[in-house]
Amino acid sequence: MTLMRYAEALNAALREEMQRDASVFLFGEDIGRYGGVFKVSKDLRDEFGDARVRDTPISEQALTAMAVTAAMSGTRPVLEIMYADFLPLSLDALVNQASVFTYLWEGQVDIPFVLRTQGGGGVGTGAQHAKSLDAMVCHIPGIKVVAPATPADAKGLLKSAIRDRQPVVFLEHKLLYNTRGEVPDGDEVLVPIGKAKTVVEGKHVSIFASSKMVIEAENAARLLAKDGIEAEVIDLRTLRPLDLDAIRQSIAKTNHAVVVNEGWTFCGYASELSATIMEHCFDDLDAPVARVAMPDMAIPYSEPLEMAVLPNAVKIAAAAKKALA
Amino acid sequence: MLNAPSTDELKDIHHKMVVTRELEEVLGAYAKEGKTRGPIHRCDGQEAVGVAACAALRVDDYVCTTHRGHHVYVGKGLTARGIVAEIFGRETGYCKGRGGHMLLGDVKTGMLGGNAIVGAGIPAATGMALSMQILKQDRVSMVVFGDGAAQTGICHEAMNIAGLWKLPVIFVLENNQYGLTVRQEVQSPVEDLSIRAAGYAMPGEIVDGNDAEAVYRAVAAAAERARRGEGPSLIEAKTYRVKGFSTSDMGGYQSEEEMAPWLDRDPIKLSAEKLVALVGADTVAAIEAAARAEVAQAFETALSDPFPTFEIHAPSAAYSETK
Repeated sequence: MTLMRYAEALNAALREEMQRDASVFLFGEDIGRYGGVFKVSKDLRDEFGDARVRDTPISEQALTAMAVTAAMSGTRPVLEIMYADFLPLSLDALVNQASVFTYLWEGQVDIPFVLRTQGGGGVGTGAQHAKSLDAMVCHIPGIKVVAPATPADAKGLLKSAIRDRQPVVFLEHKLLYNTRGEVPDGDEVLVPIGKAKTVVEGKHVSIFASSKMVIEAENAARLLAKDGIEAEVIDLRTLRPLDLDAIRQSIAKTNHAVVVNEGWTFCGYASELSATIMEHCFDDLDAPVARVAMPDMAIPYSEPLEMAVLPNAVKIAAAAKKALA
Repeated sequence: MLNAPSTDELKDIHHKMVVTRELEEVLGAYAKEGKTRGPIHRCDGQEAVGVAACAALRVDDYVCTTHRGHHVYVGKGLTARGIVAEIFGRETGYCKGRGGHMLLGDVKTGMLGGNAIVGAGIPAATGMALSMQILKQDRVSMVVFGDGAAQTGICHEAMNIAGLWKLPVIFVLENNQYGLTVRQEVQSPVEDLSIRAAGYAMPGEIVDGNDAEAVYRAVAAAAERARRGEGPSLIEAKTYRVKGFSTSDMGGYQSEEEMAPWLDRDPIKLSAEKLVALVGADTVAAIEAAARAEVAQAFETALSDPFPTFEIHAPSAAYSETK
C-alpha cells in the first residue's frame, strides 16, 4: 500500500496504462506542458512525448467526436474535458455517435475511449463550473459511467476504464483531488466496473452515494450513530451499469433507503436510483425512498448560498431520519 | 497526366456510378409506391464525387459520409445487394437492418459510416486520422460532406485541429448548392467554400464535381500528400442536388432553368463520353447493362431476404446492464 492523493492515483493509472499499451494516448486542454489544471497528467508529456500527450485547442465538440472514431480505428484515447459543465458540448458525440455504432454495426467496431472530467461544487466556481451532470451522461445507453470516491478506486477504475471495450465517462470531483488514501501497489490492481462497495456497515438504513457524496454519507452515518441509528453506506463507484445486487442485499437488511447525488433533483441520478429501488426492492421497503440532491436551480456563487444548495451530511442524516420516522 | 486514373479505373468508376444511379432510381420508384421506410436521400447527379473520390483511395483507408451517401458506399466497394437489403431492413443488410440507409457501416471495406447528424463526419474522419498518425500508419481517412455541413461549428473545430496536427485526412466538400431546401448563398457569405482552407493552413482546391476524373485526381494528390505526412487537404467539388432533399421533399424551390445546365452536364453522361473515346461504345454499353443487371438482381434477392428478429440481449449489443 502507498499513501497517495486522488490526483496522484489517477496520474499513476495513466502512466501505467500508457507504459503497458502504446495505443493509449491522452488529449485535452492544458494537459500537456502544464500537466492538467488539476495536475492529473503531471509529467506524462515529458515521459511519453507530445504525440501521445497532446495539448489541444478549446474544441470540446470536435475532440469528443474525434475520440469516438480514434477509438474505432485502433487507439485508446483518454480525453480530458476540464469541467463536467462543458459536457453539453460533448453530447452529440456521446448521444449520437459513441452510443450507437457498436450496436448498429453489429459489433464491427469497439469504441474503447475514456472521457475524464470533473464536476461538483463547494469552492466558489459558480454556476458554469460546479455542476454534477451525472444523470445527463448516465441517460445514454452504451456508455459506462464511473465516479470513484477514493484514491484506490480512482486508480483501479481508471485502469479498468482504459482497458474497457466501450466508452467510459469517468467522473472525478474537484474536492477529491487532494484527498489521501492507501492505494494498493502493483500495476495489475484493477477495480471492476459495475461493482459497488459497502464502506460503512449498518442495519437501519442504506445510504447510496458516489464520488464526494460518499464522504458526506459517511459523515451522515456518524451523525446518525449519535442517535443510535446504524446507517449502511454503499459507495456505488459505477453509476452505470448499476450494481443491483449490492443495492438489493443492503435494502433486504435495512428496509430503508436514502439515495444521494450532487446533481439536480428533477430527472436526476437520485431519481433513477429511487425508481430502480422501487422496481426491484419494493417488498423489502418499510418506507418510501428518500432522495437527497441539488435543488433545481443554478448554483449560486456566494459561499453561504452555494453551501445552502449542495447536498451534505446534515441533509442526508435528516433524510434518513425522516425515512425511519 | 499526374494522378490520372487508368482506363480500368475509369471503367470501374463508370460502372459504380451507374450502379448508384440505378439504385437511386429504383429506390425512388419504391418510395413513390410507399414501399420504403423513412426518407431516402438520393444523390442523383452527384455520383462522380463519391465514387471517384473513393476510387483514389486504398481499401484500408477509412471513409465516412453523410445521410446522402449511396455513391460513397458504392464507391468504397459495398455491394448493391447489401445496401438494398439494409434499406429494406433485412437480416442480410450490411447492418442487419439496424442502421438503415443513412447509418450504414462496413469496416472490411473501410466504410466507417454514413452519418445523419449534419457535420458529424468531419470530426469523425479527423479522429480516424489521429489514430493513424499515432499508430504511424500510412493510411488516410476521408470525409465526404456537404456545403450545409460546412456551416457547422464542429467543421471549424475539426479542420483547425487537422491543420494544426497535420493529420492525414481529406476533406471532400461536396457542394451540391443546397442545405435542406436553402441555397448555399443563403447559408454562407462566400461562394467558394474552399477558400476557408487558408485559415487551417491546408491547400484548398475547387474541382468540377461532375467530372469523375477531376475528382479522382484531386483526391489522389491529397492522399499522397497525407501519406507523406504533410497533412490535410480541402477539395470542394461543385455539383448539384437534382432530386431534392429526400423522398419526402415536396419540392417547388428548384427551378427548371436552374437545373437544366446541371442535367446537361450529368456526370454519368460526361463519363460515358470520355470512356467511349477510350474503349468504344460497345464496351461502355456492356458496363452499363451489367451495372443495371446487378441492381435489378440486388432488389430481387434482397426483397425476398428474411427480416431480423429482435433480441433484447443480443450479445453484440453490449448495452444491457450487467444485471
